[in-house]
Amino acid sequence: MTPELGKYATEVLSSYGVSVAILLALTGISLWRSRRIKAALDALEERLKNDG
Amino acid sequence: MSSIWEYANPKKFIATTDKVLPWITILAVSALVTGLIWGFWFTPEDVRQGATVKIIYLHVPSAMMAINAWVMMLIASLIWIVRRHHVSALAARAAAPVGMAMTLIALITGAIWGQPMWGTWWVWDPRLTSFLILFLFYLGYIALWAAIENDDTAADLTSMLCLVGSVFAVLSRYAVNFWNQGLHQGASLSLDKEENVSNVFYLPLLVCLAGFVMLFLALVLLRTRTEIRARRLRVLLARERMQ
Repeated sequence: MTPELGKYATEVLSSYGVSVAILLALTGISLWRSRRIKAALDALEERLKNDG
Repeated sequence: MSSIWEYANPKKFIATTDKVLPWITILAVSALVTGLIWGFWFTPEDVRQGATVKIIYLHVPSAMMAINAWVMMLIASLIWIVRRHHVSALAARAAAPVGMAMTLIALITGAIWGQPMWGTWWVWDPRLTSFLILFLFYLGYIALWAAIENDDTAADLTSMLCLVGSVFAVLSRYAVNFWNQGLHQGASLSLDKEENVSNVFYLPLLVCLAGFVMLFLALVLLRTRTEIRARRLRVLLARERMQ
């Protein structure tokens, strides 16, 4: 499955592992915050509309 | 013909990005998956660098986006300073964590690559040092936005910081040309074919570059939408407290 990386396997695999982890964390945090803020804004706008 | 300034309207910006964001995300994921699989599994080892050459598919695109993200923030900051469009200031704010992540990836993969090739994780080489300073500028920029309560004041001050930091963004790119010292090589991608990497590495690298550009765009659009909504939330809460 993994290509033959020879004596540099640790360097190559750790580079890919760290980079993918950073990109996934950034994407996950961005999506989570986007949903949280949208839900909070929708709830507040609904409340203000109901309060007149 | 519609003007680009129409997108300074937050409602128009959100309505337009509603349509384009899914497509940009699909393009980003497709290019990244294709480029990284191609580069990792289907490219040979380099004669001198062995399998470590596969790190190029992460290191070069992330380094390029680290600098380009700051350039995008600079343009957005200048638009804020000149035209006072809130969306541009919020877009700059949204881009900073993405640029910081790209800089971090470039620094980490560079250190991991440097250890077996140069015999050291780190050296105070002009390009490496200017990249580290760029990373610190990203941290300072994000901290400054978070530290100031008034959005307009924060946008003014961070725009000034962005102008100053641009010196290091330029240095990060051209430091190798300015000083003929240090360990870091010159550009991996160049219009000069003699200077370019071999075609067998070049093509998957181009796909990875496209993937990183698209990912940056998708994340910045998503985060700008969030910042627009967060700003409206703060305004409405403040208005509610005053009543």
